Amino acid sequence: MVFILAPMITFILALIAWAVIPFGEGIVLADINVGILYLFAISSLGVYGIIMSGWASNSKYAFLGALRSAAQMVSYEVSIGFVIITVLLCVGSLNLSAIVRAQEGLWFCIPLFPMFIIFFISALAETNRSPFDLPEAEAELVSGYNVEYSAMTFGLFMLGEYANMILMSGLTSILFLGGWLPPLSIAPFTWIPGPIWFFAKIALCLFVFLWVRATMPRYRYDQLMRLGWKVFLPASLFWLVLTAGVLVTFGWTPVVAQ
Amino acid sequence: MEAMLTEYLPILIFLGIAVGVAGAAIGASYIVAKQRPDSEKVSAYECGFEAFGDARARFDVRFYLVAILFIIFDLEVAFLFPWAITLGEIGLFGFWSMIVFLGVLTVGFIYEWKKGALEWE
Repeated sequence: MVFILAPMITFILALIAWAVIPFGEGIVLADINVGILYLFAISSLGVYGIIMSGWASNSKYAFLGALRSAAQMVSYEVSIGFVIITVLLCVGSLNLSAIVRAQEGLWFCIPLFPMFIIFFISALAETNRSPFDLPEAEAELVSGYNVEYSAMTFGLFMLGEYANMILMSGLTSILFLGGWLPPLSIAPFTWIPGPIWFFAKIALCLFVFLWVRATMPRYRYDQLMRLGWKVFLPASLFWLVLTAGVLVTFGWTPVVAQ
Repeated sequence: MEAMLTEYLPILIFLGIAVGVAGAAIGASYIVAKQRPDSEKVSAYECGFEAFGDARARFDVRFYLVAILFIIFDLEVAFLFPWAITLGEIGLFGFWSMIVFLGVLTVGFIYEWKKGALEWE
């Protein structure tokens, strides 16, 4: 039973996270006030699908793959959390549309460039993509947590993984690349409607996902954990304090529009 | 309160659709596909060997350690959310109290680093 439930959970979670993503000005299914918190919660739940599949498969490869995946996902979740907080400091709202609107004039990928890089690399690790695809390292674990799956159960895992990839690309473009906003608010750019800009940015992020996969060799597991805990966590914590300090010192804290 | 609930209704409907799609995909593949299981097919895959030992074997305690550390830092992130939103209103006092909190956590982080909790070999 758990064996069948696991791919369903992976797929459902990857799908329902899309409910709060704004595709354009006002084009969003549920414009809730705690949008980013909702996304953070849903992406945390993604661990359950994988750990359930690994445990229920009753296979060593699947079990080890699931353990690795769970440890890796929670490690990078921490730095993703800090990056999100840093963006929120500059916005003053948890609403995803408000985050995009705050980037009119200047996208956050310019003032928060290091956080943009950290977020993107953490997103690669969070979705178990290469170069962090240790959970499904085919040379040692055959296919990791989904080795015992076939037919549509396997299909749901793959669909869930790719939906998550696109979701993380969408989140990157909302948090750092200005969502549906054009690069400059002048004539030739503003003719193109917002959703098309948004899809173009998602496609750009996805391109980098695949580019990295084709270019980079796989990380070793101890290096992966070192990068997550000893590099990204202190770096993002430092940058968070720095951002807060700069905002308070110069009185740039955003005015919360209720 | 009423308005807030209607905001969440689309998410609930979407959740229903997602469950429906996932259930239909798996249900259809169980109903439509022909299944002829035999002992070779249903046994656990171990690169062609007979499966030996229990799959749910002992594993490294570090995985537990990572999970515990994750709880600490994720809670920290949860505390930071309301602070980050209201930073403009709580002023310098709010800012410095969170910096003290983060300082205490950093001391803990340095301790666990020096203890070797983050080493994987």
